[in-house]
Amino acid sequence: MDGSQVGPLNAAETEDYAQVVEEHFGGLIDADQRIEPRDAMPAAYRDTLVRQMAQHAHSEIIGMQPEGNWITRAPSLRRKAILMAKVQDEAGHGLYLYSAAETLGVDRSELLAKLHAGKQKYSSIFNYPTLTWADVGAIGWLVDGAAIMNQVPLCRCSYGPYARAMVRICKEESFHQRQGFEILWTLARGTEAQREMAQDAVDRWWWPSLMMFGPPDTGENVNGAATQSHTKQSMAWGIKRFANDDLRQKFVDMTVPQAEKLGLTLPDPDLRWSEERGHWDFGEIDWEEFWRVLGGDGPCNAQRLAHRRQAHEEGAWVREAAAAYAAKHAARGQGAA
Amino acid sequence: MTEAGSGAATAAGASRHAGRVDPLVVLGLADDALVYAQRLGEWLTRAPEIEEDMALGNIGLDLLGQARGLLTRVGELDGTGRDEDALAFWRDEREFRNVQLVERPRGDFAHEMARLLWFSAHRLERLRQEQQSPDEVVAGVAGKAVKEVAYHRDHATQWVLRLGDGTEESRARMQQALVDVAPYLPELTEDDPVGAPVAREYVEAVLAEAGLGAPPEPRWHARGGRTGIHSEAMGFLLAEMQHLHRTHPGASW
Ligand SMILES: [Fe+2]
Ligand SMILES: [Fe+2]
Repeated sequence: MDGSQVGPLNAAETEDYAQVVEEHFGGLIDADQRIEPRDAMPAAYRDTLVRQMAQHAHSEIIGMQPEGNWITRAPSLRRKAILMAKVQDEAGHGLYLYSAAETLGVDRSELLAKLHAGKQKYSSIFNYPTLTWADVGAIGWLVDGAAIMNQVPLCRCSYGPYARAMVRICKEESFHQRQGFEILWTLARGTEAQREMAQDAVDRWWWPSLMMFGPPDTGENVNGAATQSHTKQSMAWGIKRFANDDLRQKFVDMTVPQAEKLGLTLPDPDLRWSEERGHWDFGEIDWEEFWRVLGGDGPCNAQRLAHRRQAHEEGAWVREAAAAYAAKHAARGQGAA
Repeated sequence: MTEAGSGAATAAGASRHAGRVDPLVVLGLADDALVYAQRLGEWLTRAPEIEEDMALGNIGLDLLGQARGLLTRVGELDGTGRDEDALAFWRDEREFRNVQLVERPRGDFAHEMARLLWFSAHRLERLRQEQQSPDEVVAGVAGKAVKEVAYHRDHATQWVLRLGDGTEESRARMQQALVDVAPYLPELTEDDPVGAPVAREYVEAVLAEAGLGAPPEPRWHARGGRTGIHSEAMGFLLAEMQHLHRTHPGASW
């Protein structure tokens, strides 16, 4: 028996309390103040945050794989060092975010178990393969670039620990983006083969990067209605600050001139400057592909998850040993005292 | 335990370098770091926990940094003017001077910690000597590296203690790893007769504290790394590391 059929067991389970929470929390949100772990908050707000932070943390961890794929083959020792440091940064981002989620009373192993069971998602962009060295550049430039566009507003997110994690993370992502740009810059000015490699990578990563902002806010897709109400709620709570389409447009506007500087072509024949909008117009995104990859039908979904699970399973005995050792020594310490 | 014998190491370093600096000796020190960094890079995304992805990545990065500094210097000392990339990507297997321990394929985590413990214990002694190198660049790299490698040795120490005194399984795996690594230790010993006893003393103290037995003398042991003779694993390691660079001769990255 789990007691749920007993009804309120104490005053904090009554409507009275729920109303106090609502008022206190609503007051902070209205005043655009940070919610801290000790503040009372509605269960739905908490659940949304846990889900979002977990998904974000998982994305950092899974995101190590596509680039980790090139560490042993990096074409110069300098690039190898930069890439190792980058992949290591992503592990650090994962840790900050799991810690931020833990302030809401979940723990990392629980969240990882959900990831491994396919019950929590990670960013779909990492379900695409890194086929050449230039992909490392394209990921840095476009994928880190899009991530930063999404994440800078989160530095002002209403939940304090999440916002603070994002401040740290955005700074490092900005280095990553610059390094990616520099990789492509060098390739674009290199040999014919290098230039082709760079263009090919941009051709493959451009559209998936635009998909990173999520489906349109207009509700013109299969899950549109759900997306729309979800977005609205997150905005009211100060978890989300801008609509998906607005962030996507900002990203396109920022990236087009950078592509021109690189001398690489973005694979969209409809890309043109609109005087009247003051923005770059761009072509239709293949949302069918987005939903397909999100649903598991992407080139690397199975591989990424299997790789992650394998590392976790192979490490189980190590984690058990560390826990056993800590327990023994805690016990011995007490015995000595 | 940490500082035991460093005085002796310093004295030996000075005599060892009474004459000119031998570029091949420096190359050995560089290649150990380069090849081990390559192996440690394989751990990123595969470690038992995320903290360990970061720690092994860090150690790999430190070693890669040491390798780059030393390789650059080798290219100047040997008069060929080769830069770090020319040395890393355009030498063939027989020209690599690393000990075979570092080229061994990645095993389980216990094997990695056994390798890291022995490797960093020996490297630390070597580096302490190289701090006295008459070559300022080598001495400078060694000075910075001593602090890094002392941390690597400590990291491995903590894990060997945990695994040795953790669960039945971790203890068995750790003990097996020590047996498997043993044939690769004589190369380290022969390389540095002065520092080796200090390194061994350190490792044996760790094993004793962990309740692990010292492995029996191996029947066979690896030889030849310092003269360019390697194991079957080395060709694959180099193929992977060098392939992209060599596919685009003369390109910059
Ligand atoms: Fe990140
Ligand atoms: Fe990043």
